[in-house]
Amino acid sequence: MQRGQGFKGFLNYIRRNPAFGGGMVILVVLLLFATVTTIWIPREGAYPLATMPKQPPSAEHPFGTDSVGRDLLPTLIYGTQMTLSIGMISGCIGLGVGTVLGFMTGYFGGVFDTVVKFLVDVLMTIPSFLLLVTIASSVPDPEEMGILRMALILSIVAWVQPTRAIRAQVLSMRERAFVMMAKLSGMSGMEIIIKELMPNLMPYLAISLAGAVNGGVLGSLGLQTLGIGNLREPSLGMTIYWLRYYNAFLQGYWWWIIEPVIVIALIFIAFLLLSIGLDEFANPRTRRTV
Amino acid sequence: MSTPLLELKNVTKIFGSKSDYTVALDGMTFALDEDFPKIVTIAGESGSGKTTMGMLMLGFYGPTMGEVLFRGQPLSTFKGPELYKFRRQIQAVFQDPFAVYNPFYKVDNLLSIPIKNYKLAGSRSEAREMMENALERVGLRPEETLGRYPHQLSGGQRQRIAVARALLLAPKLLITDEPVSMVDASLRSTILKSLRAMNQDFGIPILYITHDLTTAYHVSDYIIILYRGSVMEAGNVDKIIRDPQHPYTKLLVSSIPWPDPDLSWGGSEEMIQKSQVAFKEITGCKFEPRCPYSMDICRTKVPELFMTNGDRVVACYLQKDNPALPREELSRVFTEA
Amino acid sequence: MSAPLLQVINLKVYYYVEAGAVKAVDDVSFDLESGIKMGLVGESGSGKSTMAQAMMRMIKPPGKIESGHMILDGIDLVSLSEEQMRQTKLRKLAMIPQGAMNALNPVMRIDRQLIDGMLDHGVVMSKDEREQRVTELLEMVDLPPKVAMMYPHELSGGMQQRVTVAQSISMEPDLIIADEPTSALDVVIQRQVMETINRLQERLGISVILIGHDMGLMAQTVNRLAVMYAGRMMEIGETRKMFHDPLHPYTQLLIESLPVLENKGVFSGIPGITPSLLSPPEGCVFHTRCPKAWERCREEIPQFVEAQPGRWVACHLHTA
Repeated sequence: MQRGQGFKGFLNYIRRNPAFGGGMVILVVLLLFATVTTIWIPREGAYPLATMPKQPPSAEHPFGTDSVGRDLLPTLIYGTQMTLSIGMISGCIGLGVGTVLGFMTGYFGGVFDTVVKFLVDVLMTIPSFLLLVTIASSVPDPEEMGILRMALILSIVAWVQPTRAIRAQVLSMRERAFVMMAKLSGMSGMEIIIKELMPNLMPYLAISLAGAVNGGVLGSLGLQTLGIGNLREPSLGMTIYWLRYYNAFLQGYWWWIIEPVIVIALIFIAFLLLSIGLDEFANPRTRRTV
Repeated sequence: MSTPLLELKNVTKIFGSKSDYTVALDGMTFALDEDFPKIVTIAGESGSGKTTMGMLMLGFYGPTMGEVLFRGQPLSTFKGPELYKFRRQIQAVFQDPFAVYNPFYKVDNLLSIPIKNYKLAGSRSEAREMMENALERVGLRPEETLGRYPHQLSGGQRQRIAVARALLLAPKLLITDEPVSMVDASLRSTILKSLRAMNQDFGIPILYITHDLTTAYHVSDYIIILYRGSVMEAGNVDKIIRDPQHPYTKLLVSSIPWPDPDLSWGGSEEMIQKSQVAFKEITGCKFEPRCPYSMDICRTKVPELFMTNGDRVVACYLQKDNPALPREELSRVFTEA
Repeated sequence: MSAPLLQVINLKVYYYVEAGAVKAVDDVSFDLESGIKMGLVGESGSGKSTMAQAMMRMIKPPGKIESGHMILDGIDLVSLSEEQMRQTKLRKLAMIPQGAMNALNPVMRIDRQLIDGMLDHGVVMSKDEREQRVTELLEMVDLPPKVAMMYPHELSGGMQQRVTVAQSISMEPDLIIADEPTSALDVVIQRQVMETINRLQERLGISVILIGHDMGLMAQTVNRLAVMYAGRMMEIGETRKMFHDPLHPYTQLLIESLPVLENKGVFSGIPGITPSLLSPPEGCVFHTRCPKAWERCREEIPQFVEAQPGRWVACHLHTA
């Protein structure tokens, strides 16, 4: 892993790693879509009875409206905002917990490692989605669930993959000569983890973050599509829930169907490209030898 | 007699699981005194246990049986402050000149971190001076090396920095594991010279772990030949390489490609792979399956360390008419000038 | 007087990186007669590994064979197409690679790996003929027939390396390039493998180019020795003469720095560091570290000439 030369180096890298570049571009577009547009487009349009229902896309309502009178443009804008926020919060919590657990168990081992490994194995065997559904529907007032509560529920499973991935990397790095040197130089275990191992694992942490955020988005969509979650707020998953509830397919409200699907597809494509790009960064395929 | 600085007491190290294990080191006893300003080579091929011995002495893992003692105390009992003192006094130079550096940081780190942790300098400028001095002593120019990243320097430069680090720390014992095997031939002499200087000018005992008998011959005073975890021969390096007595040593020495076209590979009657006996089934001499001189007793009982001279022991029944040295006293062969 | 088996003429292999062209092999020429073992020795950055890859036409971008010729038995390897080169490999020219682990397919049995190359080249053999050939090849490298049924991981390092030797001779090529074949092996196994290669070479009359950095190994095995430094050829000559009376100062210093049984405790090396291949020094590429350098060395690149019969040097001391 080498250090580039600032911004120019970064642009250069994008050229060599188009997957990463593409993913970033799509993600940035989505973020802009979910944030900047709110300057002009108020939130009220995203709720029932805001406007004329069942309207196809027109000059007045570029994205059309749904069966209960939601303007679909603000619905999708604020929905993307919600979904991405949930994904990012649960992703960050998942990565945070995963980093701490991964490094501690990978480096120190011992009883702590055995316990965490057991937990990880158990959680990997249980279908995570079923677990989420069970937990999410058993909390009090699931219809009133806010972004934070949803993110916390998702975090229960979001920490597992990062922990596994980071632990595996730490186990292999632990035996390397520069770690031995660090020990001989009087560095303590924690110092070695923070100063020696972590910088080298940055790419893997980034990959784990991308994976965790993606997982969080997927999980929240899954729950909301089933109707578990805040029924009033216009999250992307809820939009899908409602379009099924009101039989958009049979009614022929094609705009109501393809718009959220396109946005969701873009989110996943962005994360897929980012993963490919980050993977290429961590394990460059072309090695130049002279 | 004072407590030895570092001691292996009947140390056995086994790797693997119950069904599939390897005995890396077998009942090894060895002690190094503090004011023993000599260089001892631990020689052997892969699987001999030489690196395991180094790792045990550095405390990177513990023995399966037996004890590793630092100034009389077992390493396994060391906690914070004792571990700190131990680490301060025993240092190492490893084989791979690239792997010892964290690619994320500049090479200065290798020198500055121990200075900081062991409080060797009072100020930043003092530390800088120490670093520059050490680099110059190994033949490097500070302005060409400091401030660079590992990938910007050559293998030889990186390895010399590692030696400079050892010089700077002035440990009580330096353990080197194949320090020149990954370095170009023309640079090896420079590094070996620095090691020799460290030993002679500063009185630092050095353990030189290698498979290369030519460099061992040049840089060290004594040698221990290991094979599959056991001592085959030990003593004065000059005598052993010029006149090997153990059949395994003879095989090793005759396989050395001397850089002299007139000195061809010595004859060695087909000692090579007479049979592949499974490791676990060996109860006697480990080399017996490959030995052309093997006798019945070689298969049943481990040969003792027969002292053929004041300064040499050979673990071979061919020498059985000589007095046997108890294994705990192996280090006695290193006390002859 | 027959033409040499291999003629390398003014070969240049450059690697194009952002900062410019790295001259890994810069204007190298030499001949190799049939049936001769030649050692190509050099330190890191000398270009010897690049030479090996160039001869097998295995240079990948950003490297390319800039110019020059490699004429093997009348055919210029540089001018061959990919397909033609593929057919030439193994049949006329084979390589024993550095790490057997990397060359052998871990999930394929040894007998298949030995035969595959031949089948690829269109050799038609019945099942019996195949088995016979495998046993034959294994016997030639002193391996027992039962190895044929084994997988690479079941063999020791030395045995794996001998399998790659067997692969290389399977079609009895004219030339074998051994790229540091024993660098990962212990000294006793190293000797075994080298003796196997020697015996084979004598028996089949194959020419061998042995690439490495171990002068000791060279002294023991090759008839002729070629010394490279920073991408250029410094000296070529008969091994014994090279060791007893080296002409080029680099060869002299290199040989002086070798440890032998007599001079215990005497350490001499070559001061300085290898120059950058991106911007090598003007004139003779060794002049920055040469104790005998003078004006002309700094300005003019010395020609590679036959200073004595059979001895070639690139040094102004010998090109009056």
